[in-house]
Amino acid sequence: MFSMYQQFLQTILPILPEVIMITVALTVLIFDFFLEKDRKNVLGWYSLAGVIIAAYASYNLMSMSGTFFEGTFLLDPFSVFFKFVFYVACGLGILVSINYLKHEDIHRGEYYALMLFATTGMMMMASAGDLITLYLGLELMALSSYVLAGFMRSDNRSNEAAIKYLVLGAFSSGIMLYGMSLLYGLSGTTKLSGILAFLRGADLANPVIFLALIMLIVSFGFKVAAAPFHQWAPDVYEGAPTPVAAFMSAGPKVAGFAVLLRIFLYALEPLREHSSALLAGLAFLTMAVGNIMALSQTNIKRMLAYSSIAHAGYALVGLAAGGSEGAASVMLYVGIYALMNMGAFGVVIMLRKAGERGEEIADFAGLGKTNKTVAFLMLIFMFSLTGIPPLAGFVGKFYIFKSAVEAGLVWLAVAGVLFSAISAYFYLRVIMVMYMHEPKAEFKLLQSPSLALALAISVTAVIVIGVYPTALLNFARASITGIL
Amino acid sequence: MLELKLYQLDYPLLSLMIFIPVLGSFLLLFIRNAANVRWIALAFSVVELGLCLPLLMNFDNSTPHMQFGESLSWIPAWNINYTLGVDGISVLFVALTTLLTTISIMVSWTAIQDRVREFMIALLFLEAGMIGVFVSLDLFLFYIFWEAMLIPMYLLIGVWGGPNRLYAAVKFFLYTLVGSVLMLVGIIAVYFAAGNTFDVLAIMNHKFSHTFQMWVFAAFFVAFAVKVPMFPFHTWLPDAHVEAPTAGSILLAGILIKMGAYGFLRFSLPFFPDATIAWTPAIMTLSVIAIIYGAYMAFAQTDFKKLIAYSSVSHMGFVTLGIFALNLQGLEGGILQMLNHGISTGALFLAVGVIYERTHTRLIADYGGIAAKAPVYAAFLLIITLSSIGLPGTNGFVGEFMILLGAFLYSKPYAVIASLGIILGAGYMLWLYQRIAFGTITNPHNERLTDMNSREVAAAFPLVALVFILGLYPNAALRVMHASVANLVQQVNAKVQTAPAVAQTLSTLTGN
Repeated sequence: MFSMYQQFLQTILPILPEVIMITVALTVLIFDFFLEKDRKNVLGWYSLAGVIIAAYASYNLMSMSGTFFEGTFLLDPFSVFFKFVFYVACGLGILVSINYLKHEDIHRGEYYALMLFATTGMMMMASAGDLITLYLGLELMALSSYVLAGFMRSDNRSNEAAIKYLVLGAFSSGIMLYGMSLLYGLSGTTKLSGILAFLRGADLANPVIFLALIMLIVSFGFKVAAAPFHQWAPDVYEGAPTPVAAFMSAGPKVAGFAVLLRIFLYALEPLREHSSALLAGLAFLTMAVGNIMALSQTNIKRMLAYSSIAHAGYALVGLAAGGSEGAASVMLYVGIYALMNMGAFGVVIMLRKAGERGEEIADFAGLGKTNKTVAFLMLIFMFSLTGIPPLAGFVGKFYIFKSAVEAGLVWLAVAGVLFSAISAYFYLRVIMVMYMHEPKAEFKLLQSPSLALALAISVTAVIVIGVYPTALLNFARASITGIL
Repeated sequence: MLELKLYQLDYPLLSLMIFIPVLGSFLLLFIRNAANVRWIALAFSVVELGLCLPLLMNFDNSTPHMQFGESLSWIPAWNINYTLGVDGISVLFVALTTLLTTISIMVSWTAIQDRVREFMIALLFLEAGMIGVFVSLDLFLFYIFWEAMLIPMYLLIGVWGGPNRLYAAVKFFLYTLVGSVLMLVGIIAVYFAAGNTFDVLAIMNHKFSHTFQMWVFAAFFVAFAVKVPMFPFHTWLPDAHVEAPTAGSILLAGILIKMGAYGFLRFSLPFFPDATIAWTPAIMTLSVIAIIYGAYMAFAQTDFKKLIAYSSVSHMGFVTLGIFALNLQGLEGGILQMLNHGISTGALFLAVGVIYERTHTRLIADYGGIAAKAPVYAAFLLIITLSSIGLPGTNGFVGEFMILLGAFLYSKPYAVIASLGIILGAGYMLWLYQRIAFGTITNPHNERLTDMNSREVAAAFPLVALVFILGLYPNAALRVMHASVANLVQQVNAKVQTAPAVAQTLSTLTGN
């Protein structure tokens, strides 16, 4: 009896973090019944505690690595790195949500449960050793995100966002399944290692392989909002509750890159030549569309949506570069990106005017006078997103472009730096409005300890990583072993 | 081969010079009272200025090696080190930076009333960045300081600037950024080509292929040419100068635009000697165009600050002309002219600031006859005007003379055309002085004009003193830079692979 119990523990140990997350999510749903409406923030802190415990479990599992559950679940440094990024994104996402939900009167327990489910999905994506596990994780994440996007039920824009996200998301999932089934049909296995073994011996001129490759690039292009598959992103970000937009821009996007890395640099590695060229083109287009479209936005959430498209473009540059340096650069980049983007969205969440959400860039007018601390935080996040040293955004971009030059993609690196110079214009505009315009009437900030904590964490991280990137950099470089 | 002389003093002097202003700005975060903020900022800048004493006293003029070296491993994964050091070229600009920052804080004493604390924080951060640019001997570290400086300068122009400040601030930021990011790709390319290193001294010893040099030189060139600014990359400068507050203009003209020329000296010439020689005719031509065009435009200006901005374009044309003459005379003249321009243009912007604070106009037509009301001011302006023209006995003369000598040795027509620029310079500056100081008072507001107060005199005095010191005894600066410049010429010379004819010319010239 005892040994059976022990055996059971041994079996679930590799997925202990996922189990913790799911357990917390389910108990959140139960506790929700017993809590008064104005005490729901307890659930937020409880979920956050769950995330921290799961992170602690992952930390202790770092020494353990291998393949589990018949090769469908991989526990390797690569997945652990991404899980930490997801914990950060989810933890910060919860922190920025607590007071916002209360303020908007949508404070319900499901919100936190969905967030935890989505994060669990992302964790499974990062750990997937098999197309089926990967797809399950992806759908768990996606379905939770659809509901989260429409969480503000009384708001038409939120409903529109959810529907749009659902329809286009389902569409892209369909394309992905098609691509996956082609791969399965050819190789006879859904295991990534099996597909790699098959491709090593296969005739790569086979057009079906190429078709599968294209389908996977298109569908993941949808998931990470790469141009020309990005159209859903601005509408969804604008309509979704701001904390959800923040979470979506950090969590699911990073999860998409975890899978892109695992598939294109590991499972489809023999197709590097084709995929690299396609990804380079995609990267160029994504940087161009994101940065150029962001120039004309007046709504801060739409601007940040296009900015997050642009940032996906930079990360794709690293993916196109490939190799160990390319992979490590993408990992460092998405980690940094998640932090600075959550910070920027955190400031947007604070913004209120006359009791309404302030979402126009013009609403920031004079913030540098009325609230110096918050304006300064936004200044840091904007300069970091631009990629100005000594902030973290610069380190991330530097590594991306360095690996691109190393891989011989000098043209892409030049395009990337020029687009990031263009991006300075729209990030600077926010700073300009805050510091160089006079304050308008009716300006109030939504302030809360949880939001302050989230902002403090992200701003500290952005500055510390910017000045001393060695720790995170070495972690990223040590974590690529899983996919190469 | 240059060496880095590590830890000559028992304290890290250069690190202190970078981090004392940073410390000061952190301290200012906790000070609320504007008067205290001013005094604390001034105290930190004076301490910084005081650190120039051990720097200059312990500096060894006789060697071209990098002194006061410090080196720490920073990002080992990319082989990036925190390496600092100064030679005879950079040490002068470190000193000038500390002086002009102190002066900038003094001239902002009453001119800045809005958000004083933030203003001083930005100024001190800017100072740290400027020092960092001059003392970094690791390309990555250099780039960090080079770009980080944009943040405080953007805020100085955008928040405390004139009516059209938003446009000017963004234009300044974007122009500089576009130039810089191309250099970033160039830096990365150099890193791989030189064997995974950002170490400036190691890269100086590496011979790059000719094609590589041509491309990467171009990438660096854009960054430095925008900063100088060379014609036709200069259009941000008049806007930025006109809109910037006085302190911003002084530092912009005094230090920031010198960094472009410094970049040529520190990186372009020793890294890419073949490309330098190949590009020289084009750059010399652009320099001459800048000299004439800047002077010509200066004639047409009605705004005091804009006139000085265009005169800067003209004067910086002399600097690049001297540097790319690639001989000892030209290079030393160019560096001296960088110092001189920092001093005299810094002083000119100070003069604009003084009068603007009283009259709230920068239009030359609104002045006139103020010598009668403000004799000290008129005398100060006269000295600076003459220094800017390059009258013998003032600092401007020696630098321009050496540059023309260098250019003459390189190719006579350039020297001849450039000397026309000096005549034009005398024209627009004297005409400017005449319109401001002489004649009768046409603007009734100027009837109540007060003269410079003691704070302004104290700020102006060191600059006036330097005008005469460097004018009468230029060796004070020349002997500091001489060993380094001679080494630079030799370095370019020794590494040239493809142009033996030019190399020969160079060696005969340096032999002289």
